[in-house]
Amino acid sequence: MARRKLKAAFLVGAIAMLAAAAQAEDRFGIGRPATPAEIAGWNIDIGRDGSNLPPGSGGVERGRAVFAEQCTACHGDSGQGGVGDRLVGGQGTLASPKPIRTVGSYWPYAPTLFDYIRRAMPQNAPQSLSNEDVYAVSAYILSLNGIVPANAVLDAKSLAAVKMPNRDGFVSDPRPDVHNR
Amino acid sequence: MSEHTTDKRVREASRRRFLQAGAALAGGSAIAGVAGSTALAEQGNNLPPSVPEWMKTPGDPMGSQPYGAPSVHEKGVIKNISKTLPQYISASGRTPLQELDGIITPNGLFYERHHGGVPTIDPAEHRLMLHGMVDRPLVFTMEDIRRFPSQSRIHFLECSGNPVYTKPYGKTASDLVGLLSCAEWTGVPLKAVLDEAGVQAGAKWIVAEGADAAALTRSIPIEKCLDDAMLVYSQNGERLRPQQGYPLRLLLPGFEGNMNVKWLRRLKVVAEPAYSREETSKYTDPMPDGTSREFTFYMEAKSIITRPSGGQKLTTHGFHEITGIAWSGHGKIKSVEVSLDEGKSWQQAELQEPVLTRALTRFRLPWHWDGTPAVIQSRAIDETGYIQPTLAELVAVRGLNSFYHNNAIWPWHIDANGEVTNGQA
Repeated sequence: MARRKLKAAFLVGAIAMLAAAAQAEDRFGIGRPATPAEIAGWNIDIGRDGSNLPPGSGGVERGRAVFAEQCTACHGDSGQGGVGDRLVGGQGTLASPKPIRTVGSYWPYAPTLFDYIRRAMPQNAPQSLSNEDVYAVSAYILSLNGIVPANAVLDAKSLAAVKMPNRDGFVSDPRPDVHNR
Repeated sequence: MSEHTTDKRVREASRRRFLQAGAALAGGSAIAGVAGSTALAEQGNNLPPSVPEWMKTPGDPMGSQPYGAPSVHEKGVIKNISKTLPQYISASGRTPLQELDGIITPNGLFYERHHGGVPTIDPAEHRLMLHGMVDRPLVFTMEDIRRFPSQSRIHFLECSGNPVYTKPYGKTASDLVGLLSCAEWTGVPLKAVLDEAGVQAGAKWIVAEGADAAALTRSIPIEKCLDDAMLVYSQNGERLRPQQGYPLRLLLPGFEGNMNVKWLRRLKVVAEPAYSREETSKYTDPMPDGTSREFTFYMEAKSIITRPSGGQKLTTHGFHEITGIAWSGHGKIKSVEVSLDEGKSWQQAELQEPVLTRALTRFRLPWHWDGTPAVIQSRAIDETGYIQPTLAELVAVRGLNSFYHNNAIWPWHIDANGEVTNGQA
């Protein structure tokens, strides 16, 4: 009896192994598993809903100091732009003949500001700011645009809750849109 | 023969060449005096009936250029890079389209667009991470990537802002649409790599990230990833240039350039797009009503005459070949029509075979220029039946501030002296 059981178990095991082998044959077996720590180190994407925003917080006051030190050379003293993009103003101009596209007038999601500053700014030293300083600079730029109060302190939850003025300003691609036949 | 002897022979040859050139120069003026009556005879010591100097002495020895470079007489054929850009870290440089023949862009002249400069990446330390909604998150070395079954395909790449809608319009074909190039790409179909990881049900997008200082991030629809997307490591037979994403880039045939993420380090399989800065506040197309189009991936059908084109001059009446390039992100070019009369009538140009999907297609039309001013232009029609529009037709729908995806017909004006200028200016 015990022996028969063992035989059955062996058979089941063999079939499972064969199935696994068949499945593996569809693959090349190239590459190695990515560890959770490796993924955590590289997966810096922040969702538009604020998902994956890190712990920590930063406020407008600290942001003003970080901005003065890290950002004004390209974006101007008050975010008016220069070598770098203009960051402030332009709300209400998008439908005009001279639209001004800034964080305040154009960007649809506030968490994207954190994502972009952290991954790409400052241009001469990206991924060098602490998460706290990225929150702080985000808060400062949003305050310059009148989107958060001058005393705001932002963290994962409050940044995700910010509603940007142009959030609903985007439409899907309707092309081909020129009918010239 | 020893290296030393070779050097000596070459030096001696140079010395002789110098002396001969001096003697020939002295003789040249005498010949000019005699030949004054034969109006059509050219004068010069390297022209018939003389034997050119480069036949009288051996040329440069083997190995003088371990990696070949163009002739010194082609040193003006370089990338078209504005000298007045606000900055050069996030910037673009153009292919000199009007100087090139055929459909393949030489690697050294391929257009460039960087958002955080050109990184110097050690391929031994470059990794591609594939994670997110997959059964097996994986890390690949470049050796791993090159173990996959490879394929080579010819496709164009074009920047979405090529050109913008507003004046001043460019003077040359390169100024106008030089953010366009075409190459033979070698790599692995993205699908094969995704199959290794096992894409889970519900996956709709893949977020691709570059290993540059912009960590540039774009979201690609899963349908494109499983269709003709490639992970590319070689271009025109050699490894990618640093400017083109060495050691690994994404290639999405027909999609706007910036989505073809260079220096690719990460692919994250997800249910919804990243809504990164590049795909919300940057590469979106503003409309006159204040809305903006997002996820405008495809480059629509387009063409440009590259010869004769802006900045060139027709020096003789009589036969001239009109030639240019056409392309469509939606597939093959079906036909190209050329107008010689300001768009009143159009005639079929001949297409150079092979006509490939999502690749440049060279077109030609024989032409006899009688010396009267003319406006010439081309329009592409692709296999979907789409016809390249005029700038007026585009602006009527999109306004002047749409910035991206301007695929308008572009006319060239030829004056009585043969000078070619932008016909839209």
